Order: sequence, then C-alpha cells, then structure tokens
Amino acid sequence: MTDGLHTPADLYRRMRLIRGFEELALRLVKSGEIVGGIHPYIGEEAVAVGVCAALADHDLITSTHRGHGHVLAKGSDPSRMLAELAGRETGLNRGRGGSMHAADVAVGILGANAIVGAAAPIAVGAAWAAQRSGSGKVVATFFGDGGLNQGVLLEALNLAALWQLPVLFVCENNGYATTMPTATGVAGNAVGRAEAFGIPAVTVDGMDVEVVRDAAVLAADRARRAEGPALIEAMTYRFGPHHTMEFRIRLSYRTQEEIDEWRRRDPLDIQGGRIAAGQRARLDAEIAEILAEAERFALASPRPDPAGALDYLYASGMVARGGVA
Amino acid sequence: MTKLSYTKALNRALGDELERDPAVCVLGEDIGAGIAQLTLGLLDRFGPDRVVDTPLSEQAFTSMATGAALCGLRPVIEFQIPSLLFLTFEQIANQAHKMSLMTGGQVSVPVTYVVPGSGSREGWAGQHSDHPYSLFAHVGVKTVVPATPVDAYGLLVSAIRDADPVVVFAPAGAMGIRDDVDASMLAPVPLGQARIHRAGSDVTVVAVGHLVHTALAVAAELAGEISVEVFDPRTVYPFDWAALAESVGKTGRLVVIDDSNRTCGFAGEVLATVAEEMRLIAPPKRVTRPDGAVLPFALELDRAIQPGREQLVAAVRTVMK
Repeated sequence: MTDGLHTPADLYRRMRLIRGFEELALRLVKSGEIVGGIHPYIGEEAVAVGVCAALADHDLITSTHRGHGHVLAKGSDPSRMLAELAGRETGLNRGRGGSMHAADVAVGILGANAIVGAAAPIAVGAAWAAQRSGSGKVVATFFGDGGLNQGVLLEALNLAALWQLPVLFVCENNGYATTMPTATGVAGNAVGRAEAFGIPAVTVDGMDVEVVRDAAVLAADRARRAEGPALIEAMTYRFGPHHTMEFRIRLSYRTQEEIDEWRRRDPLDIQGGRIAAGQRARLDAEIAEILAEAERFALASPRPDPAGALDYLYASGMVARGGVA
Repeated sequence: MTKLSYTKALNRALGDELERDPAVCVLGEDIGAGIAQLTLGLLDRFGPDRVVDTPLSEQAFTSMATGAALCGLRPVIEFQIPSLLFLTFEQIANQAHKMSLMTGGQVSVPVTYVVPGSGSREGWAGQHSDHPYSLFAHVGVKTVVPATPVDAYGLLVSAIRDADPVVVFAPAGAMGIRDDVDASMLAPVPLGQARIHRAGSDVTVVAVGHLVHTALAVAAELAGEISVEVFDPRTVYPFDWAALAESVGKTGRLVVIDDSNRTCGFAGEVLATVAEEMRLIAPPKRVTRPDGAVLPFALELDRAIQPGREQLVAAVRTVMK
C-alpha cells in the first residue's frame, strides 16, 4: 500500500480502506478472532488521511491507542495490520504489539502509543534527529483532546518550539477524552496551548479530508523550510465507542442526537461527493477485495510459538531468565 | 600510573565515546556548565549539537532521547538527582524498555541514563537521596552500579555501546574514590560480568557501588579471623549468576549488603536465587535500608537508615556461627 494520496479519489479510497478495515476489525472482535478489543477510528478517517497526504514517504509519524487509521493512512499493508490485531506471527509487530502498538518503521511509523500524550516527546526526538542529520524529514504526532492535559505533551511543545523542530502536532479533537467532554476537561484550548509556546496553530474541520490536507501541507512545508513546528486541531468525532468494551458495558455520556448530527457529516460522504458515483463504487469494490484478502491472510497466518514470548525483549539479544528456575 | 577519580573516569568515558561515535550525544540539565562534573569540557570539545543543555523537562527529554534513538542516535542522559528516575520511570520502563519487544524487534533504543551521585549525599534529605537500582532491575532495564573509577569507565562505555536502554548509577559514596591507572586499564567492561575484589574462603559478601568499599573494609578488619570474599556483580541486572555460584560453591555462606529498601530489593533476589539454585551451609543474611525508607535529613538519622560497616560485620559473624 505505497500508492500516493494525490487525487480526490486517492483520498477517498484511503478513507474507505480505513472505514472498511475498522468494520472488519469490529466483526473480528465480536467473533473473538481479535482479543482485547480495539479503539475504532470510524468517523475520524479524514484526519489521518489528510495529514498523511501532506507527508512524504520518508516522513515519520507517531500514533495513539486509536491508531489503525494513522497506520493505514501512512501506508502500512492492511493484511499485516489485521494479522497484528489477530495476534499472528505475520503481523506488523509479529503479534507482539497488537492494536495499540502497531509500528511499521519501513513506512515511517515509529509506533502507536497506549499512553496518552506519551508519543509527542518521542516525535520531538525523531524530529531533533532529523534536524541534526539534515534529512529534511518531518514528523507528525497524533494525539487527542485528552492529550492536551498531559504535562509531557506541553513539555514537548516547548522543546519543539525552542529548537524549531520539524514537528507537526495533530490534535484530533473528537469531543471526548474517553467519556469526559472536552469542555469539561480542557481549560483554554489546543490552539491557545500552542500559541503560548509561539507555535502557529489552526483549528480545522476534521471531517473534510481536503481541508485537513491543505492545513497539513502548509504546516509540513513550514517545517521543511526549517521554520519550526505547527499544531493543527482537527475537529472530528468518533461515530462508535471509545473502545469495543462499550458493546458490553453500556455507557451514557453522549446523546444519540449528537451522534446522528455528526454522522450527517460523514467524512466519506463529504469526499465521496467530490468524485463520480461510478468511480466511488469501483473504489469501494476494490477496497472490499483488499479487505477480503486481508481477512484471509490474517486468519490463515500462524500464531506465534509460546516459546518465543520473550523474543525481541532485548535488542542486544540478551536472554532473560524464565519465570521458573 | 596516574590517579583517576571516579568522576573523571565517567567524564573520560563520555568524551571517548563522543569522539569515537558521531551518533553519541549527551542531554541533560546544566551539562554545558558541567555542574555534576561528568560533562566538564565536553561542550567546548563537541559543541551544542552533541552536548545539549535541556530545560527542566525531564519527562520530555527522556522520551526525546528515545525518539532520537529510534532514528539512529545513541543518546546519553544525565540526571542530576536519583529521584528524577521516579519522575521518568514511565519514559524509561514503559516506553524505552518496551519498544523492542512491542515492535517485534523492529527497533532498538540504545539510550544510557547516568545518575551521578545516587544514594545518600549526606544532608540532601528525602527527595535527593534515593538509590532505586532494584526498581530498574525489577522491570528488566539493564542496571549498572560501578564501584571503582576503572569500572565506572568501562561500564559506562559498554552501556553507551549497548543496543538496549541502560541505567548507570554512580553512587555518591563512590564518587570520591580514586584509582591508580594507566591507559591500558581503561577498556570496556562487559555488562553482566562480576568482579571479585578480594578472594576469600569463608563468606561471600555481595556488594555494588560504594558498598564494595564498605565490604572491603570489613574484609580487611576481619582478616585473620574470617576470610571474606568480596563479590561485586557490577551490573545488578543482568546478574552474573554463574560467578556467584562459583563463589558460594567455595564459601558456602552468603551476606548481601544492599542500599535498597528491604522489600523486593536486590538483596532479596540474590538470596532467593541462591536458596533455589545453590547450596549454603548457613542461613544467608542481608543488610539493607529498612522497609519503605525515606532518608531523613539529620545526619544521624540519614546514616541510621543506610546499610553500614558495623551491620555488615555483625551479619558476617552471624553467618559464621
């Protein structure tokens, strides 16, 4: 999946891939093939695809617990991503990471991070390395509105601004930190936090992939010109649960009316409206085929040998003592 | 032969590695000025791109080092205060340490964290006097506690060259030590390889860092009465179990002196492993900080909490009964 994100159809197609992938993953969570559940990205596809459309292949990203969209948008193979979710040896992380830790260094994904805000300083470090080497790489780091309240993220903003590092801070404001409404948890706002550090920031419609892409292109170009970091706050919404546990535990923290209201601005329909109906149907069919193959590949792939549970623990190859003497 | 201080040994190791490998860089607070003396002169030699003064954002710059390491750099972080390891435990134990396994071996995180002045500094009280090497051994981060200048040099060099995160504790109580050295003695010391500082036949005393010198003093004091072998694992994790088995196989008795709190401390692990896998002719003893120790300020109270020479003498005599 290294095809580019250039045309309106490219953008639609990649969002369709993420949507379909998440629908497939939800089905496999329900059937028990994916254990531990997932944080579905459905509804937020325009953010990942819009940002990654502004990045070059060699640019880097860090992702979050709700990271499938970022990984697919940056270009990971959906078959290997699904195999990872299913805990298979052929997965991106050989079944060692799962939904919240997908990494694919070959396509510039330094890893999804399950601790909110924790990837931002890692992205800053990658950007610092890029600046020193003169590689011209840009690093995009995704986080949610919940991440705005993590101290380490604010520290990361400071370092990035101080050293004018090529970082794109992408705040996916989906309105809720798990169940807490943004307004209940965030004093001030994302743009204000960035501006306090002298970082240019903008709030955009996160349901429109071209709007996100245009903002990201401006920010990435600045970063490539060595003009430092930028922050984009993309206003978006997750159509589904925070986590699939919500299928078992019914939580009431938002109204059906609110969900319906956001669904009327489905990012796939917004972008789908920009391409011909026949082309959209063809792309949908293409993606369905890719995902059918991904499912076949993932479920046919071998499960890891339990004897290898400590493989890769130490990059040096050091072998740890077992739990039984 | 020239005299080399412990601090100068660390400084020299940093300088030599910066010189040898352009991927090595040093990050930390006040390191340009060299407030902890580890980095004295390095800013002038290597410039601000490689010797980087950071703002007081320990959590961010610790993970920043992780990010840089993911992109091919080999950062060394200096923490002025051992308790900062609690603040950055998330970034070391939960991020840097887990990256290799969680990515299925796609990445390595070769970051070294050096703490000059770990343990009690006498008079620095509760939040500057911790010695949490057992904590890092517990989570499986490679953990080094050198006792001498030569070992400090060799272990820091190995830590920097290692593919994994390594925490290097330089105990305040050892930093005044000086060695007679010539250049040939300054060489990498492999992680996980113990050193017998003094051979003995009656009791094996396990110690790291400044407590090696306490153990040596006790061995000298008891010489003629009890033959003490002073066993220094040098790295708390990985531990050189084969060498300990050899030592205990010879002495059949064991005392561990350990500047950790007692519960789940390093000494407890040594005793447990020896009990499971080796043969002793007398019940072992450990001399540690008390459970839940918070070092009080007043010098008498500070010293009352730390494992010391008299306690070690008593423990050695007990295992000989």
